[in-house]
Amino acid sequence: MKKFFKNFLEKFIEGILFLSSSVTTLTVLLIVIFLFREGLDVFKQSPVEEGFAIVINKNNPVKEITSPQLKNIFDQNITNWKALEGKPVNEYESKDSIILFRIDNISTYFIDAQLGDSLQYVGKCISSLVDSLPGIIAFIPDKYVDKNFAGRKLNMGKITPSQFISGKEWFPTAQPAAQMGVLPLILGTLWVSLGAILIALPLGLATAIYMAEIASDKVRRILKPLIELLAGIPSVVYGFFGLIVIVPMIQKVFNLPVGETGLAGSIVLGIMALPTIITISEDAIRTTPREMKEASLALGANKWQTIHRIILPYSISGITAAAILGIGRAIGETMAVLMVTGNAAVIPHSILEPVRTIPATIAAELGEAPQGGLHFKALFALGCILFIFTMTINLLVEYISSRNKYSKR
Amino acid sequence: MKMKLEKHTNKKKQLKQAIAFNLFRLMSFGVVAVLAIILLFIIVRGASAINWTFLTAMPEEGMTKGGIFPAIIGTFYLIGGSMLFACPIGVLSAIYIHEYTKAGFIKRFIKLMTNNLAGIPSIVFGLFGMTLFVNTLGFGDSILAGSLTLGLLSLPVVIRTTEEALKSVDDSFRIGSYALGATKLQTIRKVILPIAFPNIITGLILSIGRVSGETAPILFTVAAYFLPKLPTSIFDQTMALPYHLYVISTSGTNVEASRPMAYGTALVLIAIVLIVNLLANGLRRYFGNKVKMN
Amino acid sequence: MYKIQARHVSLYYNDFHALKGITMDFLPNTVTALIGPSGCGKSTFLRVFNRMNDLISGVKISGNVMIDGEDIYESKKDIDELRKKVGMVFQKPNPFPKSIFENVAYGLRVNGENDKKFIEERVERSLVQSALWEEVKDKLKKSAFELSGGQQQRLCIARALAIEPSILLMDEPASALDPISTAKIEELIYELKKNYTIIIVTHNMQQAGRVSDKTAFFYIGELIEYGDTKEIFTNPKNPRTQNYITGRFG
Repeated sequence: MKKFFKNFLEKFIEGILFLSSSVTTLTVLLIVIFLFREGLDVFKQSPVEEGFAIVINKNNPVKEITSPQLKNIFDQNITNWKALEGKPVNEYESKDSIILFRIDNISTYFIDAQLGDSLQYVGKCISSLVDSLPGIIAFIPDKYVDKNFAGRKLNMGKITPSQFISGKEWFPTAQPAAQMGVLPLILGTLWVSLGAILIALPLGLATAIYMAEIASDKVRRILKPLIELLAGIPSVVYGFFGLIVIVPMIQKVFNLPVGETGLAGSIVLGIMALPTIITISEDAIRTTPREMKEASLALGANKWQTIHRIILPYSISGITAAAILGIGRAIGETMAVLMVTGNAAVIPHSILEPVRTIPATIAAELGEAPQGGLHFKALFALGCILFIFTMTINLLVEYISSRNKYSKR
Repeated sequence: MKMKLEKHTNKKKQLKQAIAFNLFRLMSFGVVAVLAIILLFIIVRGASAINWTFLTAMPEEGMTKGGIFPAIIGTFYLIGGSMLFACPIGVLSAIYIHEYTKAGFIKRFIKLMTNNLAGIPSIVFGLFGMTLFVNTLGFGDSILAGSLTLGLLSLPVVIRTTEEALKSVDDSFRIGSYALGATKLQTIRKVILPIAFPNIITGLILSIGRVSGETAPILFTVAAYFLPKLPTSIFDQTMALPYHLYVISTSGTNVEASRPMAYGTALVLIAIVLIVNLLANGLRRYFGNKVKMN
Repeated sequence: MYKIQARHVSLYYNDFHALKGITMDFLPNTVTALIGPSGCGKSTFLRVFNRMNDLISGVKISGNVMIDGEDIYESKKDIDELRKKVGMVFQKPNPFPKSIFENVAYGLRVNGENDKKFIEERVERSLVQSALWEEVKDKLKKSAFELSGGQQQRLCIARALAIEPSILLMDEPASALDPISTAKIEELIYELKKNYTIIIVTHNMQQAGRVSDKTAFFYIGELIEYGDTKEIFTNPKNPRTQNYITGRFG
């Protein structure tokens, strides 16, 4: 009986341990589900604000219109239907030019009396207006488009994944249609991260080599905790330091209107990626078998020759993993970047321009995006992209470190 | 056949070595210098802002005056809450991975997932915490939601450091215990855990450092922009140090006037990290062993 | 006439006295075997001759070691030059993560040799000397890790020979190999004796008996007995030597 109880206890505890160890897996799974459930909803929605519609004259043959096209029309970059469709939509060139109508400018077409005391005739007025102007495009509340409406509601194409990824403009609160182009954000993220790694890799690798092979034990014992400390400083403190010190410095040195630039982000992220790169490369360098180093020295090679001819080639996969993980860190970093890069959602042309990264966008905009709305979901879609980025990086690192070709001795 | 070794090749190779080594030394000290500059900058500027009122008073006048008491308390609540969640699960999970699973698919899979979780950006944790804890489970913006989010974030760190600690326990202890007829559970409880304990504690302390400075995960799960009172339950919102620093240095009512407050807040944050690191290093030196953070 | 002369060599690892005043002379073109139980200091002594012990922190050394009449522990001594003169083969085969060719060429390259033709000739000659040429001549560009353990060890010998040392230190060179590979290495040692002074550390009594001309028995950091191999194995003077050789301890 006692033995049975003991056995049961062993199994019971093992069960609890197993459950605990499945929490991480479960979390990853849940993150995927929640993130993608919200994020993928973006592609089910029309970019026009809910409760509004785009209408045109019923003789206008245009069937569908994309969100960037709509924006160009309302920004008056496209001024006639021919430019949109490739062929005239009316027989007379003069009627082909686009007439914009927003509900706000109803008073330019109608006087108050026509609209009625309690605005009960607004629908009718718009209906007749749309009917009379062949070139009109109107952005009006949905409720006016009833069955007596003379115009035709224009189908807005849903946002497609390729539009989402390759769109060049990110302006999710734009009227009449939200602009959901992630390209500038993706490029911004990659630019800043690349710059960071260019700064961090040489410095980090040099430090790792110095600590693993050159420095005396005493120096190493001092350096090691300092590097750990560097890893421990919160990102918001790095951001604060960048904002107060690095940003003004860049502004002064390059004589810029603002110092919040991609370069500032790269420098701050570079500093933050240092501990990752140093620790992992140092570990990799240390895995070089002692006998291999001794063999090199015994052949008359000096320490430096041994380092760059034997140790670095031997530990190259570990160093690659370190660099990739460093990039991963940089890509996912939020607060520091948010504070120093200026957050302009445009495709950057130089490192001295403000840029905006994906994590910074989420952090900056989620608070203002109405829950469940298109903007909100688009931010989750950004989260999905970020998740895919970092997951790819993790798997890549896993693959590289499992494939160390010299370890199969 | 004689090697055509010119006299100066040897000198050349020593010169190259000297150049390379000095360059590396210089770069390493450069890295340390960066750290020193950041720390000194914040310590020197922050020290003048810190006084008893700053640490114990509520923020006033649009966060340009007064103190940061609620943010300090909030951060401690979040540390406590997240550790309450992450410590047991993390330690138990590490015990399972290291002591129960044999090398094979399950072990590889669990480790892969733990690594993946560790690699997920903190802002994604923020999104996740918001949908799951705040919305789906209905906790609202609350200490509970924030703690759970931070707990999940620190879970991989706890697992990894605990695993390191278990790894450092020599196998002979396990074999010796089994040889005496002890069961696995008895071996773990009576032999392995006591030996690994100091290192496990060191790892847990280091993960506190991580949790205390995270901002992105609490943005949408708990952090309050300005809330000059202390939370009364786990369903309350709270201020927190890292978010407070972000707010007053970028989007406060008067960024310039808040500067001294910002330096002070940054110093308090750094102080927490410093204390945590010193404590961990002290423990590590005291117990003479190696627990790694990364 | 002696190739190497060691005088009162003492070595400490921190507080541990690893070698206790060893005095020993080595003749050119002979094979000297260092034998003794584990931890007796024979490997440490071997590493004195190419100053490999310098790499370990906490090592202090005293006494004199002369090679070709020059003090190798003199303060101005160029260690890289010394190591070119004193080749070493390690216990486990330890080829570099490079091709077979590059492994052998490594010593030449790090010592500033750039002449392609010269390197090729020297690599071939070294591989011939180490009796590996026939087996690898068609796959010189392949990774050295593709060779078998015995081949790897002969590659390491070729690598050491390529820079034309006059002394070859061998630290249990066959202990990680199968009997057939071991036999090949022993044959090789016999061949190499003509051109090199060889010092070999070994655990294997039969091996010491087969390959060496002289044998030295070490015990807890001391040189107990040193003489002709035949003499040591058939008529040891010290009872501890006798006990070890007959297998009563060790």
